[in-house]
Amino acid sequence: MSDATLFGLCGAALAGLGLYGLVTHPEPLRKILAFNLLGSGVFLVFGFVSRRAATAGVPGDPVPQAMVITAIVVAFAATALAIALVLRLLEQTGRATLSSDDPASATGEKGNS
Amino acid sequence: MTIATFADAGLVLLVLTIGASTIFARRAFDAVIAFVVYGLLLAIVWVRLSAIDVALTEAAIGGGMTGMLLLGAAARLRAVEFDSFAAALPVRLCAGFLCALAAAGLAGALLLSPKVVLSLAPAVMENLPRTGLGNPVAGVLFAYRALDTLLEKVVLLLALLGVWSLAPNQAWNGIPGLRIYDQPNTTLTFLAQILPPVGIVVGIYMCWVGANEPGGAFQGGTILAAMWLLVIIARLADAPSTGNTWLRIGLVFGPVVFLSVGLAGLVLANAFLAYPPGYAKPLIVAIEVALTISIAAALAMLAAGPPKPVQQQ
Amino acid sequence: MPDATTSGGILLVLAIVLPVVGILLSLIAGGRQVERIALVVLPSNLIVASAIFADLWRSGRQLAYIVGDWQPPLGITLRADGLSAAMIVTTAVVICVIGVFAHADFDCRAEPFETRTSFVFWIMLMAIGCAMNLIFLGGDLFTLYVALELLTFAAVPLVCLDGRAETIQAALRYLLFALLGSILYLVGTALLYGSYATLDIALLSQRVRMETATLVAAVLMTVGLFAKTALFPLHLWLPPAHAGAPAAASAVLSAVVVKGSFFLVVRLWFGVMPGMLGFAGAQLVGVLGAGAILFGSIVALRQNRLKLLIAYSTVAQIGYLFLMFPLALDPVSETLHVNGALAGGMLLAMSHATAKAAMFMAAGLIYAALGHDRIAELGGAARALPMTVFAFAIGGVCLIGLPPSAGFLAKWLLLEEAIATGQWPWAMMLLVGGLFSGAYVFIVVSHALVSPQEPLKLRAAVPKYQEAAALTLALVSLLLGFVAFGPIDVLQVGPGAAMEVLQ
Repeated sequence: MSDATLFGLCGAALAGLGLYGLVTHPEPLRKILAFNLLGSGVFLVFGFVSRRAATAGVPGDPVPQAMVITAIVVAFAATALAIALVLRLLEQTGRATLSSDDPASATGEKGNS
Repeated sequence: MTIATFADAGLVLLVLTIGASTIFARRAFDAVIAFVVYGLLLAIVWVRLSAIDVALTEAAIGGGMTGMLLLGAAARLRAVEFDSFAAALPVRLCAGFLCALAAAGLAGALLLSPKVVLSLAPAVMENLPRTGLGNPVAGVLFAYRALDTLLEKVVLLLALLGVWSLAPNQAWNGIPGLRIYDQPNTTLTFLAQILPPVGIVVGIYMCWVGANEPGGAFQGGTILAAMWLLVIIARLADAPSTGNTWLRIGLVFGPVVFLSVGLAGLVLANAFLAYPPGYAKPLIVAIEVALTISIAAALAMLAAGPPKPVQQQ
Repeated sequence: MPDATTSGGILLVLAIVLPVVGILLSLIAGGRQVERIALVVLPSNLIVASAIFADLWRSGRQLAYIVGDWQPPLGITLRADGLSAAMIVTTAVVICVIGVFAHADFDCRAEPFETRTSFVFWIMLMAIGCAMNLIFLGGDLFTLYVALELLTFAAVPLVCLDGRAETIQAALRYLLFALLGSILYLVGTALLYGSYATLDIALLSQRVRMETATLVAAVLMTVGLFAKTALFPLHLWLPPAHAGAPAAASAVLSAVVVKGSFFLVVRLWFGVMPGMLGFAGAQLVGVLGAGAILFGSIVALRQNRLKLLIAYSTVAQIGYLFLMFPLALDPVSETLHVNGALAGGMLLAMSHATAKAAMFMAAGLIYAALGHDRIAELGGAARALPMTVFAFAIGGVCLIGLPPSAGFLAKWLLLEEAIATGQWPWAMMLLVGGLFSGAYVFIVVSHALVSPQEPLKLRAAVPKYQEAAALTLALVSLLLGFVAFGPIDVLQVGPGAAMEVLQ
């Protein structure tokens, strides 16, 4: 089994783990963590595609590598936004949870004042 | 089986174990610590995959900046009693089954490789001299698929605006609430005095060398952002207010230069985002320099968070 | 046959560059100028979109632009075919009218300093315009991934713009679903690139074959896009997110944003791999759509609040859009092909965009005027806000599918295909769905027409131009049915087919 395939399978396993964490963890922070794991697994799949195309002169296909770099930056931005939302939720309600009390409650949470 | 294969297998085992611990750890804080280690190990994996640019980016952004964000959040959330119940066992079994299915599907797709592996690598290398670059990844990012890179910068700015939008109304255009370390004259202060000059040189070098060697705007920008954050956290400089004109100019400087060069390509070369022959490399380097500044500003501000209302000291 | 940049191709670049310029300018110019910048960018975008449509209609051929002068597969191409042109014009019109409507709520000149909500709203509105244009015009799957992320980051802050805790929760849930969708889409592109060494849609459609990697990629990408489009059962994030946002934001989220990922599903299956869906796959998609219609409609009927009712109605209407998949499948060759069902589905998307935006705007006006949006207590609203309630009713007419609205034409086209291929269950579903829509629209309108016990005291006066904006979009949805007399042929223009040029 070539090294590319080994790391590709590793990526598939990580993606599966991350997906499981994203779906089952109730806490938003753990979901965000799991999303990052899922993302890194997916990037390893790109890495597999890149390495598999290696020849004598070229160590790997640069196109998937460039895509991964773009995606890493986007994933970081997404994580930053998600964490900002979690912390803001924490500030406003004292808890960080996605399980909703009735969102239609008209008691009026303190809004943006 | 060579030593390298054993080492790779060991690395994969380590990565999988630590990755699994980020999911199955009981406390969020432990999971985040595991994640930071995981990020660093991943960087080594990318080196083994001969993707040095990606390794640099993963170590810097994926491990470093993301880890910092998550640690900060975990610390804030540690004090909160989490009273939600974990998902019930049938749900977890069902989810586990579906995720295993997805992973198996992915694995199957990877194992059943086609006989002839198609790739764009020959085309990339063939056309690289036209761009004057030595780094093929830079060629893809700034020449062949420049549109994606340009728009991704806009995505970064939008995410930053989204983070800023979470400020309370009266704190708008205030100073980000990055937690700073209150005690002066400690190890942190020492580090914040020693590291940034070195870090800035490394960051600039990394941006500069990206045209021919692994590196580039993203990697260099991240290092500069990290140095800036270090200085702010150690209280050697103040975080800028989000309405600061220079900050705003710095944020858009990269995309503006990139877009201008692209539009100039309509006139001077054949198409939008095309480079006039012979001038491709200097233009690309100029774009990378401008982008480094913007990326540094954007990443640092993303890590700093939304503006906070002024607190009593 | 390699692409070449067509004469109108520069319009495609303008469609993307113009909003980007607007966003960058806004960040520097600061909050008080943002609205002015938006009021220049949004109409210009409409002009560019109309020019693209006109060029396509006149020449009968799709537009193309090769970015950076690098031919695919190495480079990226922007392409506009019939579907793109129709959607880009509709989106531009809807966003423009929403911009007019939003002036009252997000007036930049109301304060002498930059305010958070106005600054964020106008920039995000321009960003949504840019992202949608890129989705309609992008010819490369990775560029479309960047467009999806652009759309997500522009839409999520709009959900929690007013800062209440429940909207922040809704925004976080939306973000997590959207990120799941994007990452699944991304892994699909990795597999496709691995198999075919290109992500260009035209080249992929020539090279794609039925094999494991491609199938896995297609499934993962489609599931991801279903999550972003809130197709049942992945719809949980939509109702609180769309109902909790400010009125103008709800309108743009329901009318425009969900259509983006839907468009990508269409592109993927009709453009890249039409032969791969198969009978079973198409029926499965249809079942999910039917589930969405039933679930969304029934829950909508049980809502107490107007905005939540409209949000659940969106869940149901999204189900309609996916009904076109079983109906577009050619029973003999088992491939998806361009027929009346595709035209019907796209027309349904366009009509929903205009009608739903009008309905959310009307709901927002009712909330502002009455101080609440409880359906049971809407009595007297029709007398106090006649234009608004009328706009809501007309939008409802379009959703139900009464002539001459576009909804009617769309359902007619879908029914024709269903009857022609003998797929009676889907025909029944279309009619049942129409009945449900009729029911919940009727509930709202009848409550609004009732005379209240005491005379209604309006909490705030509602500017006439806001009502006019809502009514305009509602009328557009009503009159859109008249495209049957010509422009609808534009939807046939694609890579191979060229429309007979009208003399």
